[in-house]
Amino acid sequence: MNPSAYLVLSGIIFSIGALGVLLRRNAIVAFMSVELMLNAANLAFVTGSRVWGQLDGQTTAFFVMVVAAAEVVVGLAIILTIFRTRNSASVDEASLLRW
Amino acid sequence: MIATVIALPALSALLLLTLGKRSNKFGPGLAIAASTGSFLIGLWQFLQMAARPEEERAVITTVYEWLAVPAAGFKVNFALQLDQLSISFVLLITFVGTLIHIYSLGYMSHDENKRKFFAYLNLFVAAMLLLVLADNYLLLYVGWEGVGLASYLLIGFWQHKPTAAVAAKKAFVANRVGDFGLSLAIMTMFIVFGSVSFSDVNQGISGAPAWVSLTLGLLLLLAACGKSAQFPLQSWLLDAMEGPTPVSALIHAATMVTAGVYLIVRSASIFNASEIAQTAVVIIGAISLLMGAIIGAAKDDIKKSLAGSTMSQIGYMVLAAGLGPIGYVFAILHLITHGFFKAVMFLGAGSVMHATNDNVDMRRYGGLSKVMIFTTITFFIGYLAIIGIPPFAGFYSKDHIIEAALSHSWWAGAAVLFGAGLTAFYMTRMVVMTFVSKPRWEDDVHPHESPLSMTLPMIVLSIGAASLGIILTNDHMFEHWLEPVTGFVEPEPPFSIQTITIITLSVVAVGVLAAIWQYRKIAKVAPKKVSLVVAAARKDLYGDVMNEALLMRPGQGLTRLLNIFDKSVVDGFVNGIGSFTGGVSARLRRSETGYVRSYAMSIVLGTAILVVALLIVGL
Repeated sequence: MNPSAYLVLSGIIFSIGALGVLLRRNAIVAFMSVELMLNAANLAFVTGSRVWGQLDGQTTAFFVMVVAAAEVVVGLAIILTIFRTRNSASVDEASLLRW
Repeated sequence: MIATVIALPALSALLLLTLGKRSNKFGPGLAIAASTGSFLIGLWQFLQMAARPEEERAVITTVYEWLAVPAAGFKVNFALQLDQLSISFVLLITFVGTLIHIYSLGYMSHDENKRKFFAYLNLFVAAMLLLVLADNYLLLYVGWEGVGLASYLLIGFWQHKPTAAVAAKKAFVANRVGDFGLSLAIMTMFIVFGSVSFSDVNQGISGAPAWVSLTLGLLLLLAACGKSAQFPLQSWLLDAMEGPTPVSALIHAATMVTAGVYLIVRSASIFNASEIAQTAVVIIGAISLLMGAIIGAAKDDIKKSLAGSTMSQIGYMVLAAGLGPIGYVFAILHLITHGFFKAVMFLGAGSVMHATNDNVDMRRYGGLSKVMIFTTITFFIGYLAIIGIPPFAGFYSKDHIIEAALSHSWWAGAAVLFGAGLTAFYMTRMVVMTFVSKPRWEDDVHPHESPLSMTLPMIVLSIGAASLGIILTNDHMFEHWLEPVTGFVEPEPPFSIQTITIITLSVVAVGVLAAIWQYRKIAKVAPKKVSLVVAAARKDLYGDVMNEALLMRPGQGLTRLLNIFDKSVVDGFVNGIGSFTGGVSARLRRSETGYVRSYAMSIVLGTAILVVALLIVGL
């Protein structure tokens, strides 16, 4: 099996996710972009697992999913709270914690 | 046994100072008893020593091992050396000291801090005895500092008087300059000889290079100058007269100020090894004896005039000590006779002050011989002794110094001869102004003779001042007594001894007659128009001005410079580091914008750089 197509796809998805985090101001969208990056990583793990015929990559992917789920719970809660206080989900507006 | 001589007054001082006011009642009595006890033990030791054959007279008693640093080879014992030289001092200190204790009973009777005064006097006696009994330089240094402390405390005893407080401080500071020399000398001894005991230094000096004896000699001379008020550290002694008169008599005339002479004589082997150091000692002695006499001749304050005289007489002793084995014995002889006749004159001055409401201005004395018969007679004996009229004590000691100085060099001889004339002048002036001339008292002064406790010590001391010379020089007794310690060489003056005596006595006579002529009329207020010499002498020959120009101003300049250095360089460096860190961090913290996306950007960039770097090194 030739993994290069999978890895290229993984790279493309990761880049889209990274660009989304860097460019979009909406917290929800940025959040979704983070999920994209995680899933791109998952894809690379699974590909590796498949290439070498070992389960390590699969397990790691599961771990990533579990962590991502937990992160979503906490992250969404934070975004909600910010939205409630400021009536906006823009990440640029929540910039009080600075020099 | 000999340790008790020191322990008695030391314990008494400790007791009086710790018990405080509770010991007010018995304090003076206890102090006198301690001092008397010391004298009796000293006398007993002396008699025992005199009974032993000559070579067994010096005894060293080790009381305990005091300091020991085995790694550095440093060991000093608390050991006391009792030999012919130290016992002479022990007897002088305890005898004169006891008499002055008794005198103080009358003199200080109205002072409410009497107990403290006696405690300090005892402290002084203990420290002075430690100084002369120590068998090594370090222990001597302890006594040396001890007498300095006692001197400080007693000069400033009436500390409510600002002048007394300042004088005490001045004496302390001037003494520290000398102490500095002594401590450097001790360190040098340890480095060169590995020991600071007299015997080791005496043995080591013969094999040591010339610079060692020269350095040690000059450092010890500096120490002696500080303690003995010799040029250029003389200025404190005149101010020290702010202290109570018994203190001036005991510490600043009879004993402490002669410690410098003791130091030089005790270090005879060092000075014998260096001719330059000896010459320096002679020069310092000659300058001081002339300066002191000139100052003494111009002061109207009776105590300051006596202080100038003390400086001058110690100049004689220092000069004699600088002459080498010819002079050591005579330096000590003059020291002892001076201890008696100067003490009696100081006590006489105190008695006069006691009678005239603490007035010290001789221009307001006059005619006191009619009302104070004992004071007058004893003072007059002291006067005859100091100007050197035979058979009084000063004649013998001073005449010998003049002989020794003449056999050394013409200039030393000229200095002591001229000094003898000046001595006769200022002492005659003092006697004429105080006792002989017409009364010039203040209106409310009613002079009266002092109580027995004051006249008795004066009488006893005046007997000593009259007779000690004959007794001690009879059959060269004192020379033979001290010879084993200091060595002795018969002086060989260029003229016969009779000629010298005649010359000396005629110089003295000229001084006496000049003073009588000059002071046939005395103004109640010191005349303003005076010659340059008198004006200078009234200002202590510009001793303070010199100190100010040579020491104080450069010292101030140095501290100012150090202050600038501290503020600019040291503070500048430390503050510079602080402001540099502050400035850098003020710029660095600007990167913390609070924008999540910029943080994300830095993470991405960082990761990218990391990945690229890893790819480059070829992982």
